Amino acid sequence: MTTVTPFVGTPRSRVDGRAKVTGAARYAAEFDAPDLAHGWVVSSAVARGRIARIDTDAAMAMPGVLKIFTHENRPRTAWFDYKHRDQTAPPGHPFRPLYSDTILHSGQPIALVVAETLDIARDAASLVRVLYETEEHATDLAARRDTAYVPPKKRSGIKPPPKPRGDAPGAFTSAPVQVRQESRVPAEYHNPMEPHAATVVWKGKDGIVVHDKTQGAQNSQSYIASVFGLSPSKVQVVAPFVGGAFGSGLRPQYQVFLAVMAALELERSVRVSLTRDQMFTFGHRPETLQIVTLGAGRDGKLVSVQHDAVAETSRLEDYQEVVVNWSGLLYRCDNVALTYRLAQLDVSTPCDMRAPGATIGVFALEIAMDELAHATGIDPVELRLRNHTDRDQNEDKPFTSKELRACYAKGAERFGWSKRKPAPRSMREGSELVGYGFATGVWEAMMMKSSARATLTPDGRLTVATATADIGTGTYTILTQIAADALGVPMEKVTTLIGDSSLPTSPIEGGSWAAASSGAAVDAACRSVRDALIGLARGLEDSPLANIDPDRVTVRDGRVFLTADPDQGLAIDAVMAASGVDKIELEETVLPDPKTMLTHAAYTHSAVFAEVRVDEELGIVRVTRVVNAVAAGRILNPKTARSQILGGVVMGIGMALEEEALHDHKLGRVMNHNFAEYHIPVNADVPDIDVLFVEEHDDKVSPLGVKGLGEIGIVGTAAAIANAIFHATGKRVNDLPITVDKLLDEA
Amino acid sequence: MAPPIAPHTIDLTINGTAHRLDVAPWTTLLDLLREDLKLTGTKKGCDHGQCGACTVLVDGKRVNSCLTLAVMKDGATVTTVEGLARNGQLHPVQEAFIARDAFQCGYCTPGQLCSAVGLMAEGHAHSAEEIRELMSGNLCRCGAYANIVAAVQDALAAQSTQREAAE
Repeated sequence: MTTVTPFVGTPRSRVDGRAKVTGAARYAAEFDAPDLAHGWVVSSAVARGRIARIDTDAAMAMPGVLKIFTHENRPRTAWFDYKHRDQTAPPGHPFRPLYSDTILHSGQPIALVVAETLDIARDAASLVRVLYETEEHATDLAARRDTAYVPPKKRSGIKPPPKPRGDAPGAFTSAPVQVRQESRVPAEYHNPMEPHAATVVWKGKDGIVVHDKTQGAQNSQSYIASVFGLSPSKVQVVAPFVGGAFGSGLRPQYQVFLAVMAALELERSVRVSLTRDQMFTFGHRPETLQIVTLGAGRDGKLVSVQHDAVAETSRLEDYQEVVVNWSGLLYRCDNVALTYRLAQLDVSTPCDMRAPGATIGVFALEIAMDELAHATGIDPVELRLRNHTDRDQNEDKPFTSKELRACYAKGAERFGWSKRKPAPRSMREGSELVGYGFATGVWEAMMMKSSARATLTPDGRLTVATATADIGTGTYTILTQIAADALGVPMEKVTTLIGDSSLPTSPIEGGSWAAASSGAAVDAACRSVRDALIGLARGLEDSPLANIDPDRVTVRDGRVFLTADPDQGLAIDAVMAASGVDKIELEETVLPDPKTMLTHAAYTHSAVFAEVRVDEELGIVRVTRVVNAVAAGRILNPKTARSQILGGVVMGIGMALEEEALHDHKLGRVMNHNFAEYHIPVNADVPDIDVLFVEEHDDKVSPLGVKGLGEIGIVGTAAAIANAIFHATGKRVNDLPITVDKLLDEA
Repeated sequence: MAPPIAPHTIDLTINGTAHRLDVAPWTTLLDLLREDLKLTGTKKGCDHGQCGACTVLVDGKRVNSCLTLAVMKDGATVTTVEGLARNGQLHPVQEAFIARDAFQCGYCTPGQLCSAVGLMAEGHAHSAEEIRELMSGNLCRCGAYANIVAAVQDALAAQSTQREAAE
């Protein structure tokens, strides 16, 4: 008995690690096909108007150019909007590439040049001449704030703000301590390292195999089938590896539309890869303007919370995310008013980006809470404790679990929070001001309906399959661990298949629900296989296990045996041979418990502590330490779990100090559409990050007690850093990112 | 129309294999590897020398292959991520990346690995601080930096142990 079980709960290296460090892992643009043609996208140079003329003659004349698709010659696609709507689409009219001469945003794809080679396509694309008739555009959210409206139709899965409770404005007026924080989070772009790409392999009458960069192979598949009027059986989407996405792969983006369109029309395999600057021409975290007002007693207890947000959306769709609800959820308060509105700009439709909404809303709330701590003279952690709630007052429900207080305590201890001197500018080292900042993080713990298949063969090998994705989250590894435990086999005996639309139904991989959902489905399928195997063993007349109570049987290391007497048992291959079966294959579907969903609220929580050092004369900020204490239910793999939180914190550092899509409002265009000017954290920007997982037992949230980790690491991080900068410098910057100029002005 | 530009013939040793190649003067080493030779382990993240995903070793030095025209490297020896392992045995840096979970999505990883191997040969990086600075040309959006630093430290430690043993 060499197997160490259970695997779940122990740190394990990624099962796809070897493929990723040897270059063997293939991403969307890396699948080959015979006779592959290459597409290059031509992007609109203006933000609004129409294409008066598009001249493709010079480009077409270039040897090797196969076809140039524009709005003038594009193939027909489905007429109705609903046919273009994917699983995550907000209400409105989904964007249709090359649909008409109308320009809706700068960078909109307006032509696809398809050629024999990548070089030719790229070169020819530069010869496409476009004459625009421009119209006045708007890309400045602040200037459009007064046009904001409450979206008339809610986005599926996104809760609108709850109705006001109590009398928030009245309670604010009479509150002894009042805080008002106006803040801005700019548009940010996901910028996964792998640019979006799709390779469509033409299979003639057998249809197409599409290697798309997607977080939902089945979402891409149903979109393609619906838009192009294909039978779903003729469209297979295969995306075993996804080079990051952070939400950008939730919707089928325009590269897949264009590649499929060209492949169908040319009856040939086609690849379309976007350039880095084209990665700034679709979904993004929406710029959001917020006002949080807090009223409290001198004891710091909240008597009034008001949170208003105005976020950008496109002219086409009412993109929505949960921004303000967190302010009615996170702390106890009886007088709460939350409002969320949209203003339309001439931009592409925003798209979920890591912890959509929460990242923005919790930032605004937590810098206001920090101001409240300052105003009352109460320690920021103590202030949160005084306002702790064990009930979701938005929905008047208890939580399935909430170990947030343990996060505060453990995180503070690890960080050395007690060494903080309360007054701003009171800690320094040499020429640097030192600041300690703190913020709470929260994200929804969700589980979705999900299916998985498990197949056991006589050699004791187990294959599990579900359509979900691994965008770097570690899905392959945790599913392998779960499967190995369920059948008592080593992880090396398990093969996990994901990222393929032909596999059992799975939701898109997002919202931090993959581990809870796909994990439970794989567990259920494997347990059914185990039960079936035991059933076969019990049915064998001469077997030591004949008719034995299944509860007294263990399956481990390729054998089925009596738990009390391991010598009494049979090898898996013997059981299957004697039973005349060559495999045991079963599929199971799991659902969240509907009763719990009605009676309980389920959230992940965190406490983020940050240390910054600010050069007093130059205003340069360095984040020197971060401790993130997380309560996320059961941790399946501490190693990959830690990496999830590390990644969230790093993106939070980017949000706090670096990331901003800078528009030239005169041109209506993002000007810093590259990594030299749109800054994301580099190695030297990232300090020691200490991740703690506090014990949190939760038997309600999901069958495995898992809450998910993809988003929680970023929530609260930017606020903790902003609060640390306030503590270091005495200066409150609430317009992200916190760059040197903002710290130096009026200094 | 200008007459077609004749390709240049160059010799490259890639991952130990000699190649004689006809390349257009504008073809980058990155496109040569990915498009012509199907060595897709080397990644294209920006094509502008801003992200480091395309880092390979040319004559042992780390370079951005997207900023390197193939014709400039006639006669050079190129090592890509596919050539780091020997006879199925992973390079110590590859082992360390797996052990330290120094990647998530894996897309920047080939560049990080080649950059780390190049860095170790340069001999400048000793402290974590120096590794952070000297690995900052390789972006990782998943945010695996802390683990990348730990992996490079492990590999450096293994390298010096090996050297001591040899001396």
